[in-house]
Amino acid sequence: MSEIILTPKEQPQVPLEAKNITPDAFAGKTIDEIKELKIWHGNIQVALSEFFDVDGESAENASEMKIIIDGDVYNTKRIGQKMTAGEITVKGNVNMYVGVEMKGGKLTVEGNAASWAGQDMEGGELVIMGNAEDYVGAAYRGDWRGMSGGKITVYGNVGSEIAEYMNGGKMIIKGNVAIMPGVHMNNGVLIIEGNVVARVGGEMAGGTIVVKGVINEFLAGFKYIGVEKEIEVDGETIPGAFYKFKGDHATKGANGTVYAAVAGNGHIVP
Amino acid sequence: MEIVKNVVCPFCGTLCDDIICKVENNEIVGTINACRIGHSKFVHTEGAMRYKKPMIRKDGEFMEISYDEAIDKAAQILAESKRPLMYGWSCTECEAQAVGMELAEETKAVIDNTASVCHGPSVLALQDVGYPICTFGEVKNRADVVVYWGCNPMHAHPRHLSRHVFARGFFRERGRPDRTLIVVDPRESDTAKLADIHLQLDFDRDYELLDAMRAVLLGHEIHYDEVAGIPKELIYEAVEVLKKAQFGILFFGMGITHSRGKHRNIDIAIMMVEDLNDYGKFTLIPMRGHYNVTGFNQVATWQSGYPFCVDFSLGYPRYNPGETGANDQLQNKEADAMMVIASDPGAHFPQRALETMAEIPVIAIEPHRTPTTEMADLIIPPAIVGMEAEGTAYRMEGVPIRMKKVVDSELLSDREILEKIVERVKEIKASK
Repeated sequence: MSEIILTPKEQPQVPLEAKNITPDAFAGKTIDEIKELKIWHGNIQVALSEFFDVDGESAENASEMKIIIDGDVYNTKRIGQKMTAGEITVKGNVNMYVGVEMKGGKLTVEGNAASWAGQDMEGGELVIMGNAEDYVGAAYRGDWRGMSGGKITVYGNVGSEIAEYMNGGKMIIKGNVAIMPGVHMNNGVLIIEGNVVARVGGEMAGGTIVVKGVINEFLAGFKYIGVEKEIEVDGETIPGAFYKFKGDHATKGANGTVYAAVAGNGHIVP
Repeated sequence: MEIVKNVVCPFCGTLCDDIICKVENNEIVGTINACRIGHSKFVHTEGAMRYKKPMIRKDGEFMEISYDEAIDKAAQILAESKRPLMYGWSCTECEAQAVGMELAEETKAVIDNTASVCHGPSVLALQDVGYPICTFGEVKNRADVVVYWGCNPMHAHPRHLSRHVFARGFFRERGRPDRTLIVVDPRESDTAKLADIHLQLDFDRDYELLDAMRAVLLGHEIHYDEVAGIPKELIYEAVEVLKKAQFGILFFGMGITHSRGKHRNIDIAIMMVEDLNDYGKFTLIPMRGHYNVTGFNQVATWQSGYPFCVDFSLGYPRYNPGETGANDQLQNKEADAMMVIASDPGAHFPQRALETMAEIPVIAIEPHRTPTTEMADLIIPPAIVGMEAEGTAYRMEGVPIRMKKVVDSELLSDREILEKIVERVKEIKASK
């Protein structure tokens, strides 16, 4: 696999939008051509080389290419937008929309990500080693079809409305979650290993949410089914005992499932 | 003394159109029919300090300049910025807003109105799940169940109750006795004191209560003794009243759009209204604040496809509140210049947003001295719409009403100022 190394120069105050930083856009281009790829700085277009040093070896196909962003790009948005193959590793923080509409390949952020990481994701793998903000794997505004495939893993904490309108795929959050994970969820799997503040699965119609930590407040629209052990989710067995709920019955014909770990969640059982 | 009839009040979204103004020597000296707030706006056009000349800040002090100089300076700032922000728009008329949209496109700016700090969440929710709305006339003539959720019209929209609850309508001949009034508010507000049923829920638990109400509506039981601090028996009783409504109306305000969950609270409230249509007719109307905040959302939608938070930076409109809202732009320190018109973010935005405003050039098109003008580098005073200039405004439920000019002013209107800035920006762009 050939490697392209992008070393960020100073990040500007007005954010950059770099949807061209994908193996798909780089494939088949020479280093000089990659340097000339356009990115947006506010409302003007500039060459990639204005904000990044470009080095390494290019490849013919996206699937043979790995892009390493060797530094902090906290003010760069849309890295990896619509990528279909290959790899991107960011050795720092990223701004909004990392891996938005991703279809394939692997994108790793070693720092934190701002909101809308993996929005409308269709395939591939997105890994965030730090924290992510709101709307991880969510839908575009007004759309009722969110993430439909692929896998998102966040090792840190996340904000609100993650997996909003989720339609498929898998999301694993190792840290804590603010409010409304899986709101309007239709399908797919959301596994939360930390705690949740409130409103797990609000208005969910389908899909499965597993919470291994503590759910502070729960919704009255869910019906308590009973305790299940060694639950099977997405072909995997999750050890431990869980309270099982079905809902959210505020929504017509709802058939979603929420599992909450028995340890620490006695207060949400009616 | 001259009497001017059928004046439209330029204060709140109720947009009362039956005001009578008493005019003496080109000055409004009294009103009939207006509420206290509207009356104050009419008779205090000068405010504590009214600007009559454009001003520019030089070495920390304001200096008077001509309109032409001010417009040239404003155009320079906007044309040279990489991410200008244009915010406000809710206290001016639609024609000015339309020119504002042109200016935003021309300067590749982000344009947003005060909806992003009031009913923006309602807009997001209606984009997700729909908008079963009606007009005031239908409420007055038909509504037998009126719900006020998270709002206190007795103080914020003072004539709202008299026009929609106490008023006699075609099918509600006795007025108030023919209607059931439900108020949902954590506080014992003056509106709540008038209610037949007051659901005094816990603060920030609107979504939890609505979730339970919808589940009950769909035939499920509540398995907890109380939800959101309300005993389940009272929830069953309230849902029964809603189900039996012939024509129900849900009015909702900041108490629900800006409590925890924001647009999701409205989303689930809209969904409850949709569910209620399985039983009778049920509709909703957001309690919009500024008299033409709705108008901007209409203008922006018909011109760009998006109602607010429109980002023209790539040359075509994009939209994502959370990224392209005024507060997002300021708090994330993305904006590098700001034009404020017909609103006062200086008084109402959080500290972190104001910090950015203090660092970047700010242009204020504003008639009075406000916290915003105190932070501004350039002040351009306009004539006040609805009193000194005419134009169109949209009432809170989306009915357009033509605003009158009552007295004359030597100042340019918002629309004229913006047209001149657009013209100058085009010249600057052409010369590059």
